[in-house]
Amino acid sequence: MGMTMSQKILAAHAGLESVRAGQLIMADLDLVLGNDITAPVAINEFAKFGKKTVFDKEKVALVPDHFTPNKDIKAAEQAKAMRTFAREHAITNYFEVGQMGIEHALLPEQGLVGAGDLVIGADSHTCTYGALGAFSTGVGSTDMAAGMASGTAWFKVPSAIRFNLSGAFGPYVSGKDLILHIIGMIGVDGALYASMEFTGKGVANLSIDDRFTVANMAIEAGAKNGIFPVDAVTLAYLDEHYKKEVRIYEADSDAEYDATYEIDLSTIKSTVSFPHLPSNTRTIDEVGEIRIDQVVIGSCTNGRIDDLRQAAQILKGRKVASHVRALIFPATQKIWKQAMAEGLFDIFVDAGCAVSTPTCGPCLGGHMGILAEGERAVSTTNRNFVGRMGHPKSEVYLASPSVAAASAVAGYIADPKNVMEA
Amino acid sequence: MVAEGSVFRYGDNVDTDVIIPARYLNTANHAELAAHCMEDIDSQFVKTVQKGDIIVADRNFGCGSSREHAPIAIKESGVSCVIARSFARIFYRNAINIGLPILECEEAAASIKAGDRVQVDFDSGTITNMTTSQVFQSEPFPPFMQELIAAGGLAAYMAQKEGV
Repeated sequence: MGMTMSQKILAAHAGLESVRAGQLIMADLDLVLGNDITAPVAINEFAKFGKKTVFDKEKVALVPDHFTPNKDIKAAEQAKAMRTFAREHAITNYFEVGQMGIEHALLPEQGLVGAGDLVIGADSHTCTYGALGAFSTGVGSTDMAAGMASGTAWFKVPSAIRFNLSGAFGPYVSGKDLILHIIGMIGVDGALYASMEFTGKGVANLSIDDRFTVANMAIEAGAKNGIFPVDAVTLAYLDEHYKKEVRIYEADSDAEYDATYEIDLSTIKSTVSFPHLPSNTRTIDEVGEIRIDQVVIGSCTNGRIDDLRQAAQILKGRKVASHVRALIFPATQKIWKQAMAEGLFDIFVDAGCAVSTPTCGPCLGGHMGILAEGERAVSTTNRNFVGRMGHPKSEVYLASPSVAAASAVAGYIADPKNVMEA
Repeated sequence: MVAEGSVFRYGDNVDTDVIIPARYLNTANHAELAAHCMEDIDSQFVKTVQKGDIIVADRNFGCGSSREHAPIAIKESGVSCVIARSFARIFYRNAINIGLPILECEEAAASIKAGDRVQVDFDSGTITNMTTSQVFQSEPFPPFMQELIAAGGLAAYMAQKEGV
C-alpha cells in the first residue's frame, strides 16, 4: 500500500522505508517552536529533564507574539522568562519585539521552514507550514520541552482525508472561504487525528498566502496537519526565503485515504462562521442583517500581504461605518513595511482604521481589541468560541479579509460585491 | 489506581478557551489557572468542585488551542479523571503528559449524568456509576502510563527513569 505526503515525510524523519497509519514512530525534528505563553511552561518542564543544553540552538525558534508588546506585568514576566532562556541557551532564532511577527507568518518568511521539514510547535496553528509541503503540527509545552531536549518526538502516523481541488475562485473569494466551507462540511472534529491533504489541478490557482490560510485552519477541523503538494508557486516562495535544500515528497498513486472530497473552487462563495464554532458556517447570501461593533483584519490566518491587499481594495476611498472600530494587524515587520510601501496604510487610515504593530492580541482575547458584553466582531482570525475575543457574552464571526473589510464599511456583515457596487 | 468522585457533565466540543480563557494565560501558576477553570461555561465549577471529582463530556473534548494550561487547570482543580466520547488530539497528548488521566468511553459518556458518583479503576479500565450501579469498560492504562501519572507527568517520569 502506498503512502500519503504526510506519511512519506514522517517515514523519512524516522529513518524508515515506509510507515502505515496507526504506527508509532520516533522521528527527528527540523524545528521546535514556542511562544510567550507556551514556552514559559515548556522551560519549567525542560528543567525537569535535567538537560543543560537544547539539542540544537539553530533548531529552536522562540517568538514573543501573543501578549506582546507586553500587555501587563504578568505577561511581561513571561516574556522575560522566555528571553532569559533564549539568552542562556544562545537560541539563534529568538525574535525580539521590533523584529518579531506572528510566529506562523514569521517562520516561513525567515526561511526557517520549508518543503519536507518536520516541525512541532507549542501552538495549535503550527500546522500552517503544510502550505509549503512540510509536516508540521501543534503540541503542548511538555512535548515542546522534550523536543528541545532531544530533537525528537514520537508520533502516531495519521491516516489522511483528501481534498481534490479543481477550478479557480470567483471575485472576492479566497482561501479563507475555502477552509471555512470545508470545516462547515466536515465539522470541527471531521478530520480528528488525520492529515488533510489538498491535491488536484485547482491547487495551482491558489496563491501561497491562500495556502497558508487553508493549512493554518486544519486544526479547526481537528486535523493533525494540513498539507499541499510542492509546485511552481511553492518553489518560487521557497527560492526567495528558504535557505536549505528543498525536499519534495509526493503521495504514492496507490495511497489510501479515509475519504476524498471533490471541490470546484469556482463554486465556493464568501463564507462566514457564526458563533460559537468554526463549523457553524453560512454563505454570505444566507447571513441576514447582523450589526457589528468591531472588525479585526490580521492574525496567523489572514495577516499576510495578499490579505491586506484584498482588504485595501474594498476600503479604498470608503469610510468605516461610524459605529464600527476597524483594527488592522499586519502579521510581520516585513509585511508591515511592504503594506506601507504599497500605500495600503494610507487607504486604511483614510478609511478610519487603526493599524497596529504585529501581535496575536485580539484573536485570543489577550489585548488590543477586547469585546465588551453583547458586542459583535467580524474577524479574519481562526476561532469564535465562547469568550474567545473578550466577554463570554460577546460574539465573533469568522470571515475573509474581503468580507471583513466590506462589513467594516457597511456596519453589518456584508457581501464585498454589494459594497463594491454600491 | 482508583479514582472516585462526583460528576460535572458537559456536551460536545468543550474548547480550551472555555476550560481556561486566554485572558488568564499571563501566568503559568497552577493555582491561579485552576481558579478560573471552566468559568465561561460553568460559573459553579470552581465553587463546588471537590478533590477527586470527575468530568464527563461528549465529543471532541479539549478542542482548540495547544495550551497545556487547560489540562493543568483541570488537574489542579482536583479533578481525578476526564471521561469523554472523544478528545481533541493535542489535548489528549497534553493531559497524559502532565499526568491527568483521561478515558474515551462512548457508553459511559452517553449514560452518566451530572452529580452521579463514579469510580474509575485504571488497572482494569472499569468505570462504575455508583449512583445507578451501571458498569462500563474502557481501555485499561498500560503500566508505563500509570507510572507516568503517578510521577506527575512525562518530565518527572523521564527524570525518575534516567535517575536525574
